[in-house]
Amino acid sequence: MVPGCGSISRNARGTPVTVSLLFEQTLNGLQFGVMLFLMAAGLTLVFGVMGLINLAHGSLYMAGAFACAGVAAATGSYWLGLVASLVAAAAAGAIIEVVVIRRLYDRDHLDQVLATFALILMFSEGTRWLFGSFPLYLDLPAALKGAVRLPGGIDYPRFRLALIAIGLALALALMWLINRTRLGMRIRAGEADREMIAALGVDITRLYTIVFALGAGLAGLAGALVGTVQSVQVGMGEPVLILAFVVVVIGGIGSIKGALLGAVLVGLTDTLGRFLLPQAFALFMDPSRATSIGSALASMSIYILMAMVLVWKPGGLYGGANGS
Amino acid sequence: MTRETALNALLGLGLLAVALTAHAAGWTFTVTLATKVAILALAGAGLNIALGFGGLVSFGHAAFFGIGGYAAGILASHAMFYEPLVTWPVEIEGTRAMPVIWLVAMAASGLAALAIGALSLRTRGVFFIMITLAFAQMIFYFAISWPAYGGEDGLSLGVRNTFAGLNTLDPLSFFAICYTLLMIVLGLTALLRCSAFGLALDGARQNAERLKSLGIDPTRVLLTAFCLSGMVTGLSGALYADLNRFVSPAMLSWQTSGEIMVFVILGGVGRLFGPLAGAALYIVLEHNLGGVSEHWQFLLGLLLLLVVLFARGGLIGLVAGERRHG
Repeated sequence: MVPGCGSISRNARGTPVTVSLLFEQTLNGLQFGVMLFLMAAGLTLVFGVMGLINLAHGSLYMAGAFACAGVAAATGSYWLGLVASLVAAAAAGAIIEVVVIRRLYDRDHLDQVLATFALILMFSEGTRWLFGSFPLYLDLPAALKGAVRLPGGIDYPRFRLALIAIGLALALALMWLINRTRLGMRIRAGEADREMIAALGVDITRLYTIVFALGAGLAGLAGALVGTVQSVQVGMGEPVLILAFVVVVIGGIGSIKGALLGAVLVGLTDTLGRFLLPQAFALFMDPSRATSIGSALASMSIYILMAMVLVWKPGGLYGGANGS
Repeated sequence: MTRETALNALLGLGLLAVALTAHAAGWTFTVTLATKVAILALAGAGLNIALGFGGLVSFGHAAFFGIGGYAAGILASHAMFYEPLVTWPVEIEGTRAMPVIWLVAMAASGLAALAIGALSLRTRGVFFIMITLAFAQMIFYFAISWPAYGGEDGLSLGVRNTFAGLNTLDPLSFFAICYTLLMIVLGLTALLRCSAFGLALDGARQNAERLKSLGIDPTRVLLTAFCLSGMVTGLSGALYADLNRFVSPAMLSWQTSGEIMVFVILGGVGRLFGPLAGAALYIVLEHNLGGVSEHWQFLLGLLLLLVVLFARGGLIGLVAGERRHG
């Protein structure tokens, strides 16, 4: 045991829970959270401004990851790949907005769900067609390889730190865009009253395409970044999409601030739950049962969090009163 | 007889005719496909109660489908190994008798629907869609990480469960069971629509405020409908487990929720026989597009997209025209 770190307990595998390990897991949770935010931001904006539920958002996340993998493999540059992920996902978003999504704004949610479900089928199968069904892996550039020694003697992967920094920077940039710029003013106005800003001479059709492409680009970038840590494969978007829904429900629809808070809450709950719950159960039951009960409960923890927020505030933390 | 009634009769009798002809010709696989259509139509019929009649867009019906399936799988596996299900306070044995399994599957999925519905109905609209999806996902992850009943690998039922007096392993007998249950459920749904409860449910979908001013609590009406809906889908899950003699977390996945929803919408939302039309079309497409290209899901997606954008009202809407009541 590392002196000075303060042991709390031992888990089933005998790894001591130290303050430094807890710190590391907290960083992991934060990193997961900011990536979820990039995904949830587009979802909540598209819903808040256009009133559209977009299941195909996960496909844009996947498209970004594949664009990054493709371009990085062709050019050898990871950075070009990241740019490609942003551009390709935003372009794909703009295209599906103009061709399909635009026709769905004044339809009911059921039609939106079905049409975007159909888009998922087409995106997934189309990607499998182009890239095959084997997962792709991305190589990190030298600048992001290796680990950084943090205070407290923890070696933490440099790339994961970079993810936290990129995520937080983009969150701040997005809030600045929404709250301080003319485009953001229009987006907020579109959320409040779409007829009125159309009457004031804002080209609402173009505004919608921009908002959709913006959300798509962020999702694509998140896909590329997370795909670097894990792998790039067909179907990678949907689990994240559902987590992003949980984030949006917790944060309140249409609220960027809510999405950030919700995403960090979900990221921390999930990561720390997986880490701490099996050990907490090991305090009073035998290790193998503790691991299975603890991990089963941990996999449900964010949904329990969501249920609690709903009971307390049905419209989400930063949402309206009734949640409709 | 309206065009819709005629079409319903055609659909109902058509499925029966397909199964009987296939049996006579010795095409066992076609009988099994017809059985699959009946079971999936039943799952859709369950969702239709919430989605079509109550206007509740549930994207989490895979939860009830899977819970029904696991109820069948768990009871059968305990019976197979002669392990009691519960030893305390009373000893409960597993069972292979279908009627008991159906009741347990419906009770379990009904209870799950009560819990999920009570929480989800605090909100409406798009929140409701996301929350039902999230709860179904929660149960999916629970099934994956809970090792006692197979976890990620799923659970095998061994032989098909039993029904007194019938050889359930004979494809036509099993089809008859599923078909009869589907017809009973569709008949009961038709009665439900005409009942006072059905009218209240229509009211809750169309104008909750007005229903409230008549002294009826819309949330309670919708919650009841959601439970009934979950129970029917749970029943179909138990049958589906028996069809494949296997349950796995895939039954609980969000794709399953999407597919059940597709059956309802392809057929026509709120139409009594819509789920049957939708499920039949889906299975036919799956088996024929599969021959055209291994990327048949792309074509399926394209077709779905065209149906949503240009053929509103689904298959039954296309043939029988607009519904007269909103």
